[in-house]
Amino acid sequence: MRMYWSVFKLRLYNGLQYRSAALAGIVTQFFWGFIAIMVFEAFYSQALSQPPMSLPELISYIWLKQAFLILVILWLRDSELSDLITSGNIAYDLCRPSGIYNFWYAKLLAQRLSGAALRCSPILIISFFLPHPYRLMSPPDSFAFWLFIISLLLGLLLVTAISMLIYISVFATLSPSGSFLMFAVLGEFLSGMIVPIPLLPQWLQQILYALPFHFTADFPFRVYSGHIPASEALVGIGIQMIWLAVLFVVGKWLMSRALRNIVVQGG
Amino acid sequence: MRLYWKYVWILFKSQMQYRASFWLLTLGQCLTPLAVFAGLYFLFERFGQIRGWSFPEVAVCFAVIHTAFAITECFARGFDLFSTMVGQGEFDRVLVRPRGTILQVLGSKFEFARAGRLLQSLLVLFFALSSLTIEWTPLKTVTLILMISCGVFIFTGIFILAATFCFWTIQGLEVVHILTDGGKEMAQYPLNIYQKWVARFFTFVIPFGCINYLPLMYILDKTEGNGILYMLAPTAGIIFLLPCLLVWNIGVRHYRSTGS
Repeated sequence: MRMYWSVFKLRLYNGLQYRSAALAGIVTQFFWGFIAIMVFEAFYSQALSQPPMSLPELISYIWLKQAFLILVILWLRDSELSDLITSGNIAYDLCRPSGIYNFWYAKLLAQRLSGAALRCSPILIISFFLPHPYRLMSPPDSFAFWLFIISLLLGLLLVTAISMLIYISVFATLSPSGSFLMFAVLGEFLSGMIVPIPLLPQWLQQILYALPFHFTADFPFRVYSGHIPASEALVGIGIQMIWLAVLFVVGKWLMSRALRNIVVQGG
Repeated sequence: MRLYWKYVWILFKSQMQYRASFWLLTLGQCLTPLAVFAGLYFLFERFGQIRGWSFPEVAVCFAVIHTAFAITECFARGFDLFSTMVGQGEFDRVLVRPRGTILQVLGSKFEFARAGRLLQSLLVLFFALSSLTIEWTPLKTVTLILMISCGVFIFTGIFILAATFCFWTIQGLEVVHILTDGGKEMAQYPLNIYQKWVARFFTFVIPFGCINYLPLMYILDKTEGNGILYMLAPTAGIIFLLPCLLVWNIGVRHYRSTGS
């Protein structure tokens, strides 16, 4: 365990070096956030029936999404890892006295956390002080806030577990860009990053709630605004844990199968 | 010009060497805007309209901007990836050749896999236009062609501008994505749904509004007064390209090789 912890820390420090990239990222996130809010504002201004999510709730959703984007997006890509697979350098990693699944998992987790650590607080603070229609509202009570933190962290573990599956699929396809594109586009839509899930038609919602993607982004953001009440949130957190356990087991199993068939060409 | 097509043909042959990966990428490229478009569709299913614009009308907006973007990404990819060219000192080679720099950078990359996106955007365009009842006149057809081609000019201008910054920074600038990806994202809705200052900025500084919102009003007969002005609005894209080319030439003169 200590070993994985130090891999994690090394990666974290490494990621924190890229400050100017983070600054550019923040500016970009703000721009996207404003555009999204204006579009929804226009939609809401002439809505015929009461939409299932109020505008302030939606705006909180958008700002949280922008602030924690790096934690929850599926298409964050560590080309180092997929290069290991395609170039055969994975042989080195296999020689290490550590489980490769946990080793990579720690790396990916640290990459996400270091990216988010630099970006999230400026976005959260500024959006908290914006003038009225654009403001990020505070959560209804402190209990909801703590539930949000727990569900966000579980969502982070969940999305990292899903992205591990993508890397494992590279063993089979050997073409990282193809795998990533497919997963990323689908995952983005399924986790409510393009359109928040409550605004989608009923039949689609039913499907999405049955998939794990909804728990990575949509669920914590709605817990924050109180759109999902505390009692439901507790149940949801339980389901998050179940999904996490399932994805861990499946991921480790697939990894061990992939590693059994692996052939590293010399070089 | 003959030289440019020769460049393109060589790149096409080289990309076709990896056929499976090529088709996968093409398919994947097709999916990305499709997911965004699906999102758009579901929003309209929930809300019905946006500030008086119906779904097919917004779909035309969406399709025009995405078509223009896809075409630009196909052939101006060299400018998009220009930072690596400068970073590795490859631009030196371009400078010693007896041809224009712009032609050579344009010809250095050509991404055929983006054709997937183009196809998807064109399908949306046909779908949207066929579900609208428009009285087509020759002038309107010309306007539509102007809209797309001038959109290509604007995106190319931005790519060139972004590439010019690389002469000074060596690295690519992520902020530029606000103008390319962000502009594309924003201009897929009619500009009048945004706040005044946003609409003004994207009409007069970077004329995205001139290539879909204004001429689209002409095509849909929503204009008041003189239609010709609306019809000719896309030409702002050509005007936008000129200073970009100028800045590029200044940049080339300031170029200092990174060596290696």
